[in-house]
Amino acid sequence: PLSLPFAVGQCGNQVGCRFWDLALREHAAVNKKGIYDEALSSFFRNVDTRSGGDDPDIYKGRICSLKARALLIDMEEGVVNEILQGPLRDVFDSKQLITDVSGSGNNWAVGHKLYGYLYRENIVEKLRKTAEHCDCLQCFFIIHSMGGGTGSGLGTFVLNLLEDEFPEVYRFVTSVYPSGEDDVITSPYNSVLAMKELNEHADCVLPIENESLFDIVNKIQHMINSGKLGSTVKQNSLVTSSAGRAKVVQEKPFDAMNNIVANLLLNLTSSARFEGSLNMDLNEININLVPFPPLHYLVSSLTPLYTLADVNVPSRRLDQMFSDAFSRDHQLIQADPKHSLYLACALLVRGNVQISDLRRNIERLKPSLHFVSWNQEGWKTGLCSVPPVGHSHSLLALANNTCVKPTFIELKDRFMKLYKKKAHLHHYLHIDRMEQSCFSEAISSLSDLIEEYSELDATKGGPRTDPSRLKIAV
Amino acid sequence: MSIITVQLGQCGNQIGREVFNAICSDVHGTHGLCSKKENESYHDACKERFFSEEESEVPVARAVLIDMEPKVISQTLSIAARSGFWKYDDRSHFCQKQGSGNNWANGYSVHGPRHKEVIMNLVQKEAEKCDRLGGFFTVMSMAGGTGSGLGAFVTQCLRDAFPTSFILNHVIWPYGTGEVIVQNYNSVLTLSHLYKSSDALLVHENDVVHKICAQLMSIKQISFRDVNQVIAHQLGSVFQPTYTAESGSHYSRNPLGDLMETLVPHPEFKMLGLRNIPQMPENSLAYSTFSWPGLMKHLRQMLIANAKMEEGIDWQVRPPCLGSSVPSSHSTNKPLHFNTSIANLVVLRGKDTHSVDLGSFQDPSLYTSWINPQDAFNAWKTPRAFNKYEKSAALVSNSQFLLKPLDNVVGKAWNMFASKAYIHQYTKFGIEEEDFLDSFTALEQVISSYSIL
Repeated sequence: PLSLPFAVGQCGNQVGCRFWDLALREHAAVNKKGIYDEALSSFFRNVDTRSGGDDPDIYKGRICSLKARALLIDMEEGVVNEILQGPLRDVFDSKQLITDVSGSGNNWAVGHKLYGYLYRENIVEKLRKTAEHCDCLQCFFIIHSMGGGTGSGLGTFVLNLLEDEFPEVYRFVTSVYPSGEDDVITSPYNSVLAMKELNEHADCVLPIENESLFDIVNKIQHMINSGKLGSTVKQNSLVTSSAGRAKVVQEKPFDAMNNIVANLLLNLTSSARFEGSLNMDLNEININLVPFPPLHYLVSSLTPLYTLADVNVPSRRLDQMFSDAFSRDHQLIQADPKHSLYLACALLVRGNVQISDLRRNIERLKPSLHFVSWNQEGWKTGLCSVPPVGHSHSLLALANNTCVKPTFIELKDRFMKLYKKKAHLHHYLHIDRMEQSCFSEAISSLSDLIEEYSELDATKGGPRTDPSRLKIAV
Repeated sequence: MSIITVQLGQCGNQIGREVFNAICSDVHGTHGLCSKKENESYHDACKERFFSEEESEVPVARAVLIDMEPKVISQTLSIAARSGFWKYDDRSHFCQKQGSGNNWANGYSVHGPRHKEVIMNLVQKEAEKCDRLGGFFTVMSMAGGTGSGLGAFVTQCLRDAFPTSFILNHVIWPYGTGEVIVQNYNSVLTLSHLYKSSDALLVHENDVVHKICAQLMSIKQISFRDVNQVIAHQLGSVFQPTYTAESGSHYSRNPLGDLMETLVPHPEFKMLGLRNIPQMPENSLAYSTFSWPGLMKHLRQMLIANAKMEEGIDWQVRPPCLGSSVPSSHSTNKPLHFNTSIANLVVLRGKDTHSVDLGSFQDPSLYTSWINPQDAFNAWKTPRAFNKYEKSAALVSNSQFLLKPLDNVVGKAWNMFASKAYIHQYTKFGIEEEDFLDSFTALEQVISSYSIL
């Protein structure tokens, strides 16, 4: 089953770039014979570039030239140009790019209403062409940030478009939320305006907070430097590293953080690409983790963050991986799932981990977690045999948990601070098709969502009365 | 007569492969402990039942492999071929790309109708290879989307296309603590639909087999492969050739028919459980000896105390006293935890099976009052040992074995249904709340019927 990622905006494309780099490395580590296989086909086409021009697809046999199934969209050229000049330049062709020059000025209205309108047909056409090469399209991924203008505005415009053009294909969105200290003043506006679109048009959202990524990167750095670990940490087994890339290239400040998000996406799709004893497809994530349509925000955590140099992994370390997945400092947003209410939880394990390891840990951790009364055993599990590069095993946890609420409340508060003073509103309102009601509807949508989570929280720890069963006449 | 195995979904295909493996390795093993002639008869009977003779060096399994995503089938085919002892027919499979998404409605209402023709063509082709068709054995899990939803649809199609053939559904009950969050919905929908088209449901519970792996097989890091191998061993111990009371000096030709006849006297009662004894790691076999009286004593107590395996049996449970014959409803004299049976089948394999005393299984107090004890119990035997066990016995029981698990699954599903959680995922594909209610009603009926035995 195929996934089609869309990287929109600066952040989206920077993450996307890391993603394709890591994906290629992952497949190279597994695919020793250079044969184009099912696993590769989920993210890459195999193209015959010798014929020049049309580049027909080769479905079997040796790898000729791999092209990412993707669309890269940015309203300024800097990031995309860098990708096209870098080591990934052959992985994309011009038919997959949609760029402009002036950027969106950190303005959601410019991204959504202005560029959306301008580029709609272009995007639809390129989308259709890309989809034509996919014989079984299962889901779309949008990778973007919420705080800016392009990723946030144009990204959510694309989301709407995808729903119109391909209503049956799942829409997963990986959204990077701005931190409180974000240097873009209008990021709360952009984020809340984008949230409304996510509420209404996304099937599943994986919110990520820069603060959390930053904390994780620092934590790893600290652990390495302090020498506390005794043995050395393997360089290419850091969830933040570029997995053995030649050190010649200077790593940019956000690279480590972006690698985490890229690894999240790789792990999320691993079971759909590689074999295992209990496969987990992306469409299964939706049905298991979204009990009610509005509640589709999933908190994610990736463990381990690094692997030690020694190869033997006693089961204690394996169990530690599971414990870490539920700890506050491994979550990719500022949240503590242990103290909030779980609606559902998914665990996708990679590597040499068997069903008994999974069950032992679920039994062990269950008592300390609060699950909603109608889903006391709300666990979805997957076992994929192929571990990520450099690790012997890894775990991705996805939680539908009310701990997302504080993130949304804070966002609402930051929004209201600006909105009450009508600060910067004119920058938005003078864009065609943009009205005051966009703001009021957006904040209303966010408030409703927060209310839904609050209602669920209220049921936590309350008395549990199971509904009476149907009575049958004997 | 031949049995066609229909492997559905990841679980069905993974287990199916282990079953054919177990059967093959049993047949090729040198531990038959019987005469050469007997061994050859056994081999021939097994071949006819499960394999077709084609222009290939190795026997070809009589099977149809179905899945909505390609990885498992591709793995299954290649692992089988690599064994060198048997293989699948390369054309006897059907798969798609996108899976069923753990959604019963997707499997049943979308994939089913869409692919009905192709699938039934494959089944027809296999049926045509059989001199005589003995029936269908479908392998599926209840928890996911393909095995459960598409499996229920295919079972219905089999019933429509082959109205006089026997259909036995082998159903895997998922772990209680969840493999799939909506597994209880999927299970309720599957069971209620299968009950309409199938002749019987033979159940294996993952939790139980897992315990067997941990406690009896002493496996430290239990994988699904380990679980599936135990299941395959248990199935083999029932379905490998045997002599029945009626078959005389030939191996019985109609195992599915015989099974249904002995175990399913009434269509309301179709839930069959399986127990076997002994079960141990292969390298312990050489150091163990068993006596038939000991084995039978344990097996009988496993039956009446509803023990899942030969360890941890509650020996306090006793059958009720006879003499106070009570009408079938509200039999208050039945002691707690006593497992009442409708019918039982014991399969004995190996040394001295002809001399085994099975009287204790014919005790009328084991059975519900509306069954004639003479009809309630049957035994199949063969002197040919199975899978390196000098003596082994299996019990297939139509009793209250599955009452509690069924009640649990229905209870959890109902609890979730009351809050309407996840329902939108099913209505999206055409399964409405009324369909759920119908399924719940049907299963509460089954639960009630088994409760008042």
